Amino acid sequence: MSVLQVTGLAKSFGGLKAVDDVSFAVEPGELLAVIGPNGAGKTTCFNMISGQLRADAGTVRFDGTDISRWPARKIWRLGVGRTFQITATAPSMTVRENVQLALLSHHRKSSNLWRPATTMYQDEADRLLDRVGMVEQAARAAGVLAYGDLKRLELAIALAHAPKLLLLDEPTAGMAPGERTNLMALIANIVADEVISVLFTEHDMDSVFGHADRILVLNRGQVLAEGSVDEVRNDARVRAVYLGGGGTYGGSAPNA
Amino acid sequence: MGFYFAQFLTGLASASALFLVASGLSIIFGVTRIVNFAHGSLYMVGAYLAYSVVNWLPHGVFGFWAAVVIAALAVGVLGAVVEFVLLRHLYRSPELFQLVATFGVVLVIQDAALAIWGPEDIVGPRAPGLDSVVRIFGEPIPEYDLALIVIGPTVLLAVWLVLNRTRWGTLVLAATQDREMAAALGINQTLLFTSVFFLGAFLAGLGGALQIPRETISLLMDLNVIAEAFVVVVIGGMGSVPGAFLAAAIIGELNAFGVLVFPQVTIVLAFLVMAVVLVLRPQGLLGRPEIHAHAPAHVREAPLQPFGHRQRLAVATVIVLLAALPMVAGDFTLVLATDILVFAVFAASLQFIMGTGGMVSFGHAAYFGLGAYGAALVVKHLGGGMVSGLVAAPLAAGLGALLFGWFCVRLSGVYLAMLTLAAAQIVWATAFQWQEVTGGDDGILGVWPPGWLADRTAYYYLALVVCCGAILALRRIVYAPFGYVLRGGRDAPLRMAAIGIDLRRHQWFAFVIAGVFAGIAGGIYVYSKGSVFPDELAIPRSVNGLIMVLFGGIQTILGPIVGALTFTVLEDQLSRLEYWRAILGAVILFVVLIAPQGIVGGLARLADAVTDRSMREAER
Repeated sequence: MSVLQVTGLAKSFGGLKAVDDVSFAVEPGELLAVIGPNGAGKTTCFNMISGQLRADAGTVRFDGTDISRWPARKIWRLGVGRTFQITATAPSMTVRENVQLALLSHHRKSSNLWRPATTMYQDEADRLLDRVGMVEQAARAAGVLAYGDLKRLELAIALAHAPKLLLLDEPTAGMAPGERTNLMALIANIVADEVISVLFTEHDMDSVFGHADRILVLNRGQVLAEGSVDEVRNDARVRAVYLGGGGTYGGSAPNA
Repeated sequence: MGFYFAQFLTGLASASALFLVASGLSIIFGVTRIVNFAHGSLYMVGAYLAYSVVNWLPHGVFGFWAAVVIAALAVGVLGAVVEFVLLRHLYRSPELFQLVATFGVVLVIQDAALAIWGPEDIVGPRAPGLDSVVRIFGEPIPEYDLALIVIGPTVLLAVWLVLNRTRWGTLVLAATQDREMAAALGINQTLLFTSVFFLGAFLAGLGGALQIPRETISLLMDLNVIAEAFVVVVIGGMGSVPGAFLAAAIIGELNAFGVLVFPQVTIVLAFLVMAVVLVLRPQGLLGRPEIHAHAPAHVREAPLQPFGHRQRLAVATVIVLLAALPMVAGDFTLVLATDILVFAVFAASLQFIMGTGGMVSFGHAAYFGLGAYGAALVVKHLGGGMVSGLVAAPLAAGLGALLFGWFCVRLSGVYLAMLTLAAAQIVWATAFQWQEVTGGDDGILGVWPPGWLADRTAYYYLALVVCCGAILALRRIVYAPFGYVLRGGRDAPLRMAAIGIDLRRHQWFAFVIAGVFAGIAGGIYVYSKGSVFPDELAIPRSVNGLIMVLFGGIQTILGPIVGALTFTVLEDQLSRLEYWRAILGAVILFVVLIAPQGIVGGLARLADAVTDRSMREAER
């Protein structure tokens, strides 16, 4: 059974159909890349799957459960983790505390009024930080981190409740090329180790073609193509969208 | 029939005056996002100035109307000056700074008016040519009321034309809708903001000047009008001039007819309507929802550090010194020290909701007062003793916070702040008007501790134990997971839902905690004074709390204690002087402009700078 089954998903903002009848599935242990030009509806799709946005139509099933109308926090509890395109971490807390916050929620201790929070789940937090190579920076304030490090912190936070499905919205945006390769390799490792499924958007085609098991191409809110890396690479319509052609957004560079 | 029509016209006439004040406030808020508490002061100055100019000009129709216009123009210039000297430097500051700064202006203007026009109420001149009544349906209607009913819509039309038919107006509307975009388009904001303040202040001054034939001129006009002006601005929609007109008409009529139907709840009505509008339609009747949710401005905050040995030792030393205080201090000092302890808890609870929770409260006095009244009511109506009174205090405050908090956490930013203000005014008006239960303006007297605590020293020790315990407990909560969740919600609300946290529920609970601790302070306070009056629930009490938090530094947990100490001692010392308000106002403005991190934050920064330098020197 698919981990994630999306059927006929749709969302409009005013008159604009941001996502229009999108259907796809993610299999266990699969790394599915979602690509498309700016404004194709990738982030909107993510926000509907993880509950940040409510869909106008369509269903989202996770492990067979219909989660289409669920609030984000319940979807998270079910085992869906995510990172944000524009990072959302607490700048006034240390790197470790940001991870501890997710762990506190996972262990249902978020309403505790008495125990000093920094002493709780420290080792667990450090293990997660170690996985993403951030443990040396654990005591630094998140507010002073470089952008690439924030992205890695986001990944550690998203892994805190051992999710079955991870949604990564441009996990390597703003990183230097070498860093990018490392992070994508790390993500691929995590998928292999823990049988997590990953759905990720990315503008960097090397990351996509190098690591994805399958690729979903969106354009103007609709599915343009779906298939293996080779199938998508050779698809004429995808080429038209990315290299410029009639009826598209006009040759926007893939990593713009 | 005739009577009701007359009542209707009276309502419209007061609506006109209210509209003028509120429209200015609304325009200023729309463009600059500053909640201008000093707007009522501009209104008051308009009235005083018009009175002086009328006496100075030749008497007659021309003299009167010329005086009105001259006064309004002068107030407009005053508003522009305030913007230029002060508020311009605060556009990027948190709401707390802006509000407290404008309150500093209130204090300064109040004393300036006292110095110029004296403490006595002044009866203004009648408007020449409009000083008699006309009979409509047999009822006498003052001619001047009819004039006001015409003036209101005329000004609305004029302002509407300026905003919609001039280039300047287009810029104002653009900045109201999307300030960042307007800035990005290269609009000269400096000039725009100053001129907006001129127009807003002009309208306030006009409103005040036009009031002089109807109302005695007094030093209370400023705060009396400002609360109602906020109501109108919020109901109409912040930034919307037609909205202000509509809302002023609604409130004017509500007051006119409310008196007939529910004479007991007239003051509550307006704030109830404001609260309902905020809950159902936060952007107001004719306001537009904000396009950009402006990211709240935060003072940059470092991660929390647990107390080391040295800090623990320092805290223990302070507590020991406080315990030893009765050995050296007299009764007078102990009373002051008890006050300081009480306000330290009050300020700490306010800092908890604002600094840790990121929710600005303009009405925290509600919970302090609910605590005080909770204890006093138990004594008065149930004959309870002090223990039951001190239990009732946090209970009453907590229940109030449970009720109001449920609505408040559904809003954010300035809308939330306005709802906390409305909630506090509802509680205040209830205490003020519900004579049978609360004693109204006369308050509740005779709330004394039992004999063994009647001694000042004994009561001081009770206050010391309760207040130190409360502050340490609050600090514990800040460092506990709950406190971290609140800070996380303040810094990155989006993230909270994405790690499974029901942020709204936590914020609601935080509201209750802050209320309970403010209630504890109120309970200790009422037994130390022996009485409670509606003043404990009023706007100045809330603002005092804000000033203490500001003095201490909003992001430090120990700040409120230093803030309460500084403010209480300062107020105690200054209030012996004639113009103490002006001095206090100047101190406030100084802190806002020069030491925005407050005393504790400023000292911490200074200490950092010194350590940095000595470390660098050591390295050499």
